[in-house]
Amino acid sequence: MEPIFAILIGFLTAAGFYLMLRRTFMRLLLGFLLLGQAANLLILTAGGLGPGTSPIIHPDATTLPPGHPDPLPQALILTAIVIGFATVAFAVVLLKRANQATGTDDFDALDTTDS
Amino acid sequence: MGAVATGAVIWPQVARGNARLAGWLSALVPAALAVWLIARVPDVGAGQLPAASFAWVPALGLTLDFRLDGVGLLLSVLVASIGALILIYGGGYLKGSPQAAPFFGFIHLFMLAMLGLAGADHLLVLFVFWELTSLASYLLIGLAHDSADARKAALRALLITGFGGVAMLAGFILLADAAGTWKISELAARADAVRAHPAAHWMLALILLGAVTKSAQVPFHFWLPGAMVAPTPVSAYLHSATMVKAGVYLLAKLSPVFSAWPAWSAVLLPLGALTMLAGAIFALAQTDLKRLLAYSTMSALGTLVVLLGIGTDLAVQAAMVFLIVHALYKAALFMVAGVVDKATGTRDITVLHGLGKQLPLLAFAAGLAAFSMSGVPPFIGFIGKELLYEAKVQAQTAGPLIIFCGFAANAINVAVALKVGFSPFVNRGEIPQINPKAKQSALLAGPLLLAIAGAVVGLWPDLIGKNLIRVAVEDITVTPTTVKLKLWHGFNLVLLLSGLTVAAGIALYAWRSRVRGIVAGALDRMPTRAAKTFDAGLSRVIKGAGGATRFFQHGNLRGYFAVLLLTVAALVFHAARAGGFSVPGFEVSDLRFAPVGVMMMMVVATVLAVRAKARVTALLALGGVGYGVALLYALYGAPDLALTQVLVETLTLVLFAFILAKLPPMRSRSSPRRRALDALIAGAAGLAVAVALLAARAEPAGARVSDAMVADSYLVAKGKNVVNVILVDFRALDTLGEISVLAIAALGVAALLYNGSPTRGPGSQATATAMYRASIRWLVPLLYALSILLLLRGHNEPGGGFIGGLVAASAAILRELGRTDGANGPRSPVLPVACGLAIALASAFPAWFHGQPWMQGVWLTWEPWLPLVGTTKLGTPFLFDIGVYAVVFGVARWILDLLLRGEPKTTVATADPD
Repeated sequence: MEPIFAILIGFLTAAGFYLMLRRTFMRLLLGFLLLGQAANLLILTAGGLGPGTSPIIHPDATTLPPGHPDPLPQALILTAIVIGFATVAFAVVLLKRANQATGTDDFDALDTTDS
Repeated sequence: MGAVATGAVIWPQVARGNARLAGWLSALVPAALAVWLIARVPDVGAGQLPAASFAWVPALGLTLDFRLDGVGLLLSVLVASIGALILIYGGGYLKGSPQAAPFFGFIHLFMLAMLGLAGADHLLVLFVFWELTSLASYLLIGLAHDSADARKAALRALLITGFGGVAMLAGFILLADAAGTWKISELAARADAVRAHPAAHWMLALILLGAVTKSAQVPFHFWLPGAMVAPTPVSAYLHSATMVKAGVYLLAKLSPVFSAWPAWSAVLLPLGALTMLAGAIFALAQTDLKRLLAYSTMSALGTLVVLLGIGTDLAVQAAMVFLIVHALYKAALFMVAGVVDKATGTRDITVLHGLGKQLPLLAFAAGLAAFSMSGVPPFIGFIGKELLYEAKVQAQTAGPLIIFCGFAANAINVAVALKVGFSPFVNRGEIPQINPKAKQSALLAGPLLLAIAGAVVGLWPDLIGKNLIRVAVEDITVTPTTVKLKLWHGFNLVLLLSGLTVAAGIALYAWRSRVRGIVAGALDRMPTRAAKTFDAGLSRVIKGAGGATRFFQHGNLRGYFAVLLLTVAALVFHAARAGGFSVPGFEVSDLRFAPVGVMMMMVVATVLAVRAKARVTALLALGGVGYGVALLYALYGAPDLALTQVLVETLTLVLFAFILAKLPPMRSRSSPRRRALDALIAGAAGLAVAVALLAARAEPAGARVSDAMVADSYLVAKGKNVVNVILVDFRALDTLGEISVLAIAALGVAALLYNGSPTRGPGSQATATAMYRASIRWLVPLLYALSILLLLRGHNEPGGGFIGGLVAASAAILRELGRTDGANGPRSPVLPVACGLAIALASAFPAWFHGQPWMQGVWLTWEPWLPLVGTTKLGTPFLFDIGVYAVVFGVARWILDLLLRGEPKTTVATADPD
């Protein structure tokens, strides 16, 4: 399944980048969201997908059985998801303020620092 | 040197109060240094060189090597002794001027740099001090920084000498590479190896570039006259006696390595001769005392270069004698020019006259120095000139031409000497009024002492010849020599030349105004002037740099982004190609139905999001992608991630629902062509990501980092949910950082929404129905209970602080939405965040009391039984998780609360107008 995942991730990434290349503030946000999803999936896949068992030790065992998925990428992704929420909130508010301050939501109108 | 460095700090403070006092006092240090240095001369002559070495960057093998050889000693004696006089003079000259304090700072910096230069025995150390002199010179020329001329001249000097310095550094690196050593004292022994280096000529060219720019050789001469905007003490010190000699010093120092090469004299002789002649001729056109002296300095530097280019024993002797001679009379004459300027307010030689009566001592000093400069016996200048002619007469190559140039230059110098040292003091008509300040002893001490020194040494030349000159010459020619300086060499060609020179000089002086007219006219007709060419080139460079900057830094954000994407994609593709990347094989039997179905749904949702015209459509479609990702997590053994993803996805939708109406709508602005291009760029970048991922997966997997974590998870860290154990135990410091990021992001949102008024608007405005209120009445407490359950069992089963916190935040926001009274939200949204961070941090410390490292888990032996959870182990990782719970809860709630009621007139958005 990994090649399929790679295709999906590539597709999501491309869609995210495409949206980020648009001129409208809103689409940058959408692209940013999409890219976050793709990045998390990328970390998961890079760690190896495994058979689908979870990294939780059986009540009677003391360690995971062989072939278990890698728990470390999962830990990384978990925090990334939550931080992603906070950064999206920050980005939304930032763009909203930028829109208020500059009176535009067109990136091509923001090509100088003095306005 | 330490004392000089300290002086750079102390004396500016004193000078702010009383510059004259600072001058006299600060001069004590260099004066003492000069005495010490002169006392070292016999030692150096006997081959006992004072040396010191300090570790600089030991890891790179860099040491601060110092070793005072003969040439270095000669230079440092000049620097210290003239420096002492300049300090006295500068104190008097700049008294009461705002420039006094910086002058004392910079001049000490310069002195330090020059002494370091003279003592350096490591090529890089030499370079550093070399650059430091350029820098000090820049600061000193620009002392009058409110004048555009001064700034321009300072910049010119810095650019020229800095450019030369960089070239020289490149040359040094080649040289050290060829010789296998950075130590200057070891270079001479490896001259053959240096010569055999394939880039030997480049090396020489680069080093010479450094020397000729510093010593103002044609065509890099023009910064020197420009530097005359500096206060006179600076000109006297840097631009006549010391700094401009650094280039000559470098030539002398490296002469044992290079002087045997044909290229050495082939470059230095014509260059020096041209500079010598050009400087002299330019001088004829000047009326300003200082510019006059500046061009004659240029001429003198040319002479020194010629002598070192000739390179015979005698020539080197002549060079060293002339170096001292020139420093003595030129510094003296500059100081005289400064006093004349002070006394009358002008430096124009066509106006100045009759100062002899008013300033007899100055006239005396000026006369002595001028005689020395003219090369009239019994002054030291005479000895210098005699040696000069003798050396040139004996030179093998191009003798006659050089002698002619030298003759012309010297004759003109005689005229210059008369113009500076004689003309201003002669009576022509009425005696002018002068400023009495010009009579102070601080201003007169310097020129008098220097001029008298010139005379004394002229009468007893062996004072310097026997030792100071000899040790320097021996260092350069690497052969033992005896130096016999004498005033009388007998009747010969050399004496004849000397006599003719003086006669010609007097003639030039007598017809000075006519000569000046002719020369100035001729110079005006010259097609280009070096300074103008340089300025034009410089402005072209600046324009070009501006164009390049505007091309690359065009300000279009999307353009930068596209370039970034393409660059990364190109790098990835290149690496994949170089690494032999191949698309991995794939079998249909590998396909699993459920994930493929989810993926297809995600692709559809993505396409929808990209093509959406309305914000709501796009966001809902993105929500679809997000829930799809959650499903994939669930299908691939990541229950914690699936839970988190669902919660965050939901909260994100809520977040957008709150603020969407206040965001700008979506518009289609790009042309179809641009869209196609962007699609290509984005597609390439996406493909690069996929390729990078597959290439990474194709690498043979070694041991996982997490193997030890999995093994220790239960047995050591007492948790069965390995992901949670990693978060709160193995990588707890990481998590602490991450919850701090959360807190900072929330703070950022709060700061951005804070619009100056601390009052907060009302909450939701009665949009909640009675039914909603009735249902949340029991749903909210249940959700809180659930969140605590998730937290408690998180160590062993899916859950934990992150998930629990998100659930709790959902509950809180549900409750907020149900409010109809418009009451305020949480009284202090910061409280749970701050408490959470404090708890998480506090959980790190108990380990200390158990003699374990910071953040190590500590567990209680008491394991209570809790309903729905079972036997629960209590310890610091659990405490840490409680902190995570609080922070996540607080941050999510805070952010949503801010968006909900951050500004007045907020309504719960139910429908999107577009």
